[in-house]
Amino acid sequence: MTTHTPMASVPDEHGHFGEFGGQYVPETLMPALAELEFAYHEAIRDPAFRKELDDLLRDYVGRPSPLTHTARLSAAVGAKVYLKREDLNHTGAHKINAVIAQGLLARRMGKRRIIAETGAGQHGVATATVCALFGLDCIIYMGEEDIRRQSLNVFKMKILGAEVRPVSSGSRTLKDATNEAIRDWVTNVRDTYYIIGSVVGPHPYPAMVRDFQSVIGIEAREQILAKEGRLPTIAVACVGGGSNAMGLFHAFRDDPVRLIGVEAAGEGLDKRHAATLGKGRPGVLHGARSFLLQDEHGQVQEAHSISAGLDYPGVGPEHAYLKISERAEYRSVTDDEALAALQTLSRLEGIIPALESSHAVAQVIKMKGTFRPDDLVIINLSGRGDKDMNTVAEALGVTV
Amino acid sequence: MTDRLAEMFARTRAEHRPAVLPFLPAGWPELDDTVRLVEAAIEGGADGFEIGMPFSDPLGDGPVNQVAYTRAIANGCTAETVFEAVRTLRSRGVRAPLLVMGYFNTILAHGLERFVEDAASAGVDGFIVVDLPPQEAGELEGLVRAAGLHMVYLLPPTATPDRIRLIAEHGSGFIYCVGFVGITGERAEVSSELPGLLSRVREQTDLPLAVGFGISRREHVRAIGELADGVVIGSAFVRSVAEASSEERPAVARRFLEEITGRVS
Repeated sequence: MTTHTPMASVPDEHGHFGEFGGQYVPETLMPALAELEFAYHEAIRDPAFRKELDDLLRDYVGRPSPLTHTARLSAAVGAKVYLKREDLNHTGAHKINAVIAQGLLARRMGKRRIIAETGAGQHGVATATVCALFGLDCIIYMGEEDIRRQSLNVFKMKILGAEVRPVSSGSRTLKDATNEAIRDWVTNVRDTYYIIGSVVGPHPYPAMVRDFQSVIGIEAREQILAKEGRLPTIAVACVGGGSNAMGLFHAFRDDPVRLIGVEAAGEGLDKRHAATLGKGRPGVLHGARSFLLQDEHGQVQEAHSISAGLDYPGVGPEHAYLKISERAEYRSVTDDEALAALQTLSRLEGIIPALESSHAVAQVIKMKGTFRPDDLVIINLSGRGDKDMNTVAEALGVTV
Repeated sequence: MTDRLAEMFARTRAEHRPAVLPFLPAGWPELDDTVRLVEAAIEGGADGFEIGMPFSDPLGDGPVNQVAYTRAIANGCTAETVFEAVRTLRSRGVRAPLLVMGYFNTILAHGLERFVEDAASAGVDGFIVVDLPPQEAGELEGLVRAAGLHMVYLLPPTATPDRIRLIAEHGSGFIYCVGFVGITGERAEVSSELPGLLSRVREQTDLPLAVGFGISRREHVRAIGELADGVVIGSAFVRSVAEASSEERPAVARRFLEEITGRVS
């Protein structure tokens, strides 16, 4: 087994993960980022904040989420495989972990107006949920194309009392919704808290969202030690922006555990895809330096994945750092492989995964034949598949 | 090497009026429009010009500039289009300061060193990079200074004393004070926060101060002329050019500048 030297603590005080990260934002936002960083560091040192967050994670979100052993999937792939069940959280995915924490932070900072971007709508639903819980005003920016694809989540956000603002610029998807949310924040910075849904954006967001999501890996580590008496050998998670993967990976960063992030290869890496780390180049988008899908002139390209949550041309800067430092490996899985994995897990284990999480499952299925006898695998099952049933039916040519 | 920005502010100060710097995206509305529109604006009274380098994700810009950038990219506009326009303007005898305004990713993609070299040899005077605050600008700023060009930073009303000091230390040419908290776009009134911002900045620097964001009328220019050394006019000018037919565009650009500078009313 390979040993790893402990990773340097990242980010540094300016939010840099090696050459990545940072604060590439209009000057108007600099005081707001400083205010957020101060409030965040103060909050996590405050036992009252920690207690309130822990209580909510337990009693409202339903944590700890189980670590489920898979008998039939394990037999099928030839390794002992566990699933970290973020699909069982309230609102159906890992997103709520960081949203509820940021909602508490916003309330503590006296910001009553919440904005967020959403692609698939999962982060939007989680944000609308938390705003309802805390009685905060909620505005969700969502691309017109995504509104069309995810009409059920749009309706859920409205039921929860949020205003959904359609974004018609650019590709009318997550990238453009993020631009619009940042424009709103630049304009209304004094009374508005921007809840970013992933480990992206300017410092302190990548580190803060990672820290709030790290509960996933902390629990999984304790749970696997209790069940197996040893650490996993492999931890696998899908990567769009990369928050569920950072949430799982962070607790294992200094352990001899292979960390595998799985990007969306879409229609194939030579066609339309969202494999930012696999095929992109370093650049700056949405406030941070990281890998980016872009043309030779630096114009950001549209990503494609069957999974709206992975359909993003950027990626969190810490993933870029983990790739360059070779602490994590990044692979990719096509739309077809993810669709097949969704059906495989459903039939073998009675668990319908989200299309995003299906990419991680597919990666483990693809690794069949390469596992060693002692391999012990944790897959982050970051969300449940209910939201994707229309997309899956359409892809399979079925009318529901 | 002559400092065209310093010359411009020396002249406009002597004439007791603000320098007027309009903005248009390069390669827009048609790919080869930039040279004739910049020349028309200068004929109409512009003292310098900000040429926008289009970016797919201009998160500091409002809808007018965003739509224009999208079209410019579709036209095929790149950094090279910007440099080519500047080269042509210089070869045709334009002496006004020409600044490139844009976003960092397109500069990174061109390569920082090559970008500054190409810009300097074309005749660019300085850069305004919307998403590059001074603490991230080190490498580019070093190259820009070494080439004898200017890094112009934006300073909004939300700026704390620390940020004002940082920008006063790092900026050169002038400081671009943002009249409003927000993105680019037209506003009816000049912000009531502006005089306070300008006096706080004045305490930290002797650099000329220009004001932009939201400036669309002659009254704005007159009011800001009492407080600052220059005004930048973006979205209102972009919109006015956007509404003109291809044949009318240079005349419209010229007329816009004549009116906003008060040459004709």
